[in-house]
Amino acid sequence: MTAATRGNDAAAARFAPPVRVAAMTSAEPSKETGLRFQISKLDFFYGSKQAVFDFTLKIPANKVTALIGPSGCGKSTFLRTLNRMNETVRNSRFVGEILLDGQDISQMDVVGLRRRVGMVFQRPNPFPKSIYENVAYGLKINGYRGRLRDLVEHSLRRAALWEEVKDYLHKSAFALSGGQQQRLCIARALAVDPEVLLLDEPCSALDPVTTAKIEELMFHLKDSCTMVIVTHNMQQAARASDFTAFMLDGRLIEHNETSKLFTTPADPRTEAYITGRFG
Amino acid sequence: MERHFERDLEELKQRLLWMGSLAERAIHQAVHAVLDAEESLAEAVLSEEDAINEMQIEIDERIQRLLALQAPMAADLRFLLAVSRINGDLERIGDQAVNIAQSAMRVLRHPQVKPYVDLPRMSELAEGMVRDSLNALVRGDQDLAQSVLQRDDQVDRLRDQLFRELLTYMMENSSVVFSAFELILVAKNLERIGDHATNIAEDVIYFVAGRDVRHPALDRR
Repeated sequence: MTAATRGNDAAAARFAPPVRVAAMTSAEPSKETGLRFQISKLDFFYGSKQAVFDFTLKIPANKVTALIGPSGCGKSTFLRTLNRMNETVRNSRFVGEILLDGQDISQMDVVGLRRRVGMVFQRPNPFPKSIYENVAYGLKINGYRGRLRDLVEHSLRRAALWEEVKDYLHKSAFALSGGQQQRLCIARALAVDPEVLLLDEPCSALDPVTTAKIEELMFHLKDSCTMVIVTHNMQQAARASDFTAFMLDGRLIEHNETSKLFTTPADPRTEAYITGRFG
Repeated sequence: MERHFERDLEELKQRLLWMGSLAERAIHQAVHAVLDAEESLAEAVLSEEDAINEMQIEIDERIQRLLALQAPMAADLRFLLAVSRINGDLERIGDQAVNIAQSAMRVLRHPQVKPYVDLPRMSELAEGMVRDSLNALVRGDQDLAQSVLQRDDQVDRLRDQLFRELLTYMMENSSVVFSAFELILVAKNLERIGDHATNIAEDVIYFVAGRDVRHPALDRR
């Protein structure tokens, strides 16, 4: 697939969902810093239990940032704070600041935020609808007024799925293989043209060939999208990300360029984890 | 519970050290074939060359297997990369020892040109550099590795001194040209052994500290 994505300007120009107006006032990374997200002193709580502690991280635009760490260290919790997905959990709250393109996400309209910050989950979760409807759904509810079919095709191409499904667009999404379903979910997320894609272990249920396709897709999407991926697969983090953050017990231990973190980690805890000596 | 990967790494290190001891012995025997006029030592070096070459292949195969199957990271990755390069250096040291042994066999057919003063010093230095670079690997000792780097200049100075001295012998008496030329080759090979020991010490620093100290003049932006 090509890099032309964010891209499809004509289509994007026709896309004017009412909820986006406020949120779209700034869709560019902070000009001085080139950063998409700036997270400062973030604490996250499930009721009285604190899951993330004093977390400060800068996420550069148009790069892939990987979050690694042992199970239960707070990776997914942190990921879900970035589009306030955790708000669906009762009694959860965060303290601290999360800026998206310089804007405080806690002050944003949550629907607009989640359109700008899409999410792909561990298990593919297509809607019980046709392939076409899965991709078109988000566009329809956001009031897209252009040629739906064009944007569905465009999104499926961006997700490297078009060639495989173009003759079966009206078949049920459940007829697809696991890997195809996951790429369909990515296409669905891409349809509303998000600035950021959060991926929570997107390949853990996929075979190596399909995993390679998703990683290749991430590489190409970087031109138009910033990605944050949670993965337990260290080789995947090493292959697919530009920056890696290592978390332990809810804290950020180390954050660096992936090539540095996996060859010369600065913290002995990172060293022990990535060489498999604990975790 | 010890992971079998760690056991494999330890075994690899032991095999590399065994190869290192073969290479050290080859240098010692080759130089002493000249110094002690003992041709059997030179013959021993030639007969043991295959053992070093076989070790090189065995170690390469172990590294290849561990890289492919264990996908090592961080210090484990640096260790395997360092061992891979050290393996090549030890094999070359074995080759230099063979060159010295062959020179020894030719030198011994002629009368001794001069008393050997600098050659034993050079040999001791080069052997010590190889030994210490491998000790530095075993102990993960950057300081010891750094001291090996500093000794390389001494070996180079002794080589230059020997070259100058042998040149004067050759100018004064053309009948010693053949032997003196062989001794120059011995000195040249010892100097190259010092260079290989330096490479090994640089690899140890890379393994221990993650710093690439090769070619310090290069701007690595």
